[in-house]
Amino acid sequence: MKSGSNLEKILTAGHFAFTGELGPPRGSNIEAIRKKAAPLKGMVDAVNITDNQTAVVRMSSWAASLFAISEGLEPNYQMVCRDRNRLAMQGDILGAYAHGIRNMLCLSGDHQQFGDHPQSKGVFDIDSTQLINMVKTMRDEGTFLNGQEIDEPPKMFIGAAANPFAEPFEWRVYRLAKKVQAGADFVQTQCVFNMEKMREWVKRANDMGLTDKVYILAGVTPMKSLGMARYMKAKVPGMDVPDYIIDRLKGVDKKNQADEGIKIACEQIDEFKEMKGVAGVHLMAIEWEQKVPEIAERAGVLPRPQV
Amino acid sequence: MIVAERKPFDEIKELIQGYKKVLVVGCGTCVAVCLTGGEKEVGVLSAELKLVNKTASDPASFGEATVQRQCDFEFLDELKDIVGEYDALLSMACGAGIQFLAERYPEIPVLPAVDTVFIGVNKDVGWYEERCKACGSCALGMTGGICPVTMCAKSLFNGPCGGTNQESCEINKDQPCAWRMIYERLAKQGRLDNIIKICPPNDWRNQKPQTLIQPGYEERKTAVE
Repeated sequence: MKSGSNLEKILTAGHFAFTGELGPPRGSNIEAIRKKAAPLKGMVDAVNITDNQTAVVRMSSWAASLFAISEGLEPNYQMVCRDRNRLAMQGDILGAYAHGIRNMLCLSGDHQQFGDHPQSKGVFDIDSTQLINMVKTMRDEGTFLNGQEIDEPPKMFIGAAANPFAEPFEWRVYRLAKKVQAGADFVQTQCVFNMEKMREWVKRANDMGLTDKVYILAGVTPMKSLGMARYMKAKVPGMDVPDYIIDRLKGVDKKNQADEGIKIACEQIDEFKEMKGVAGVHLMAIEWEQKVPEIAERAGVLPRPQV
Repeated sequence: MIVAERKPFDEIKELIQGYKKVLVVGCGTCVAVCLTGGEKEVGVLSAELKLVNKTASDPASFGEATVQRQCDFEFLDELKDIVGEYDALLSMACGAGIQFLAERYPEIPVLPAVDTVFIGVNKDVGWYEERCKACGSCALGMTGGICPVTMCAKSLFNGPCGGTNQESCEINKDQPCAWRMIYERLAKQGRLDNIIKICPPNDWRNQKPQTLIQPGYEERKTAVE
């Protein structure tokens, strides 16, 4: 075991992993975290705690991760390269590990221009691939980025993100290969809507032998409404929402759109369970945490294995 | 070249408020090429300042001077006989030129009339684009002559990120994704091997003031000091 996290145990035991997501509050409101955490308990193997997602200030991801632990959830601590340099990152990783955090997801981060402080200075001292490698070096070599020894190295299960849909498509699988080489243990993909492209990307990853080295968790986001689908198609960078998803939601009564969205998500999860090279699903029920138990139930991923 | 843009007129007025005799100092090099701070722009700014001062109860007066380069003491010396007549200098040079003018005449307040924005290229008349952040560790050999630090909004060394929007950067549809361009150029040149390797963290040499002394000039520096 590299970290001994629950997520690592689930994946190494060969179970189909199921992870969730929790966005920290825009304030110090612990109740808000508890409210979001409650429906996830027992439903997911780990929960991603986002780091100032969409470049909007929120409670820090390590602090919210600690609350997740106290609520009985295993956090997948997200860290972006936008807001801190290599000193702050390594310091936070030490503290996070000392407090019991065992999974980390290493990301570039959305550009600060999108967020609530567009005038801020983006740090981007190192990039996501370099961050992955830094966390691996800390764990496996027991040294900081500068080569100096760490007094009790943090042992993280290292996650990376991948977007199989963004251009240039041909290069995406090579970028995955770089992250694997850098030290990623698992990968969570961007929300998948375009299944054809996803199948092709996974096939290429299989052909390159990458899926023998890294666990791929496919990103699934249930659409709450036709409006959400249209918004994601038009406004969210790197999102690939094919017309047939829009048409399917358009084809049902407005009050049934949310149900249709969940149905689509469950069909995707069913396909991922059978897809060679996919080791699990990362469910991003955006501001819809209360629906996670229903989705998990309908997707047939319950009960979660105890490992 | 170094590209600058003139500050908003109201900000300039605010900066020089209270000074009765102001010398507007242009620079004949980069800022002249980018149509911001050369002799012509000095004339325009001082004409505008004179115009608004006409109606003032206690008007200020303005002089004009343009030197070839404000980043060189040799040219700044040309001003030594006239600066004494003024109680402030309003520089239209880049940030380096403004500081050197202030260093040459430390007894007189020196104020900026422009914002220095980037090191860039002349795409067409009046059209300039950034190309270099002067990071101090050039990666262009690896990236097919396209700078990942400057042209990628996240300065990624192992891009492209997941926010790539079709062929554009996530920050702006009109901004091409630098890493898509890098990929395409290297693919055409058969040099994709360059970016298959992981690029290690950068040495950000631009995080402290830099000095360069060319080989053979060390003694000269000591003598000047």
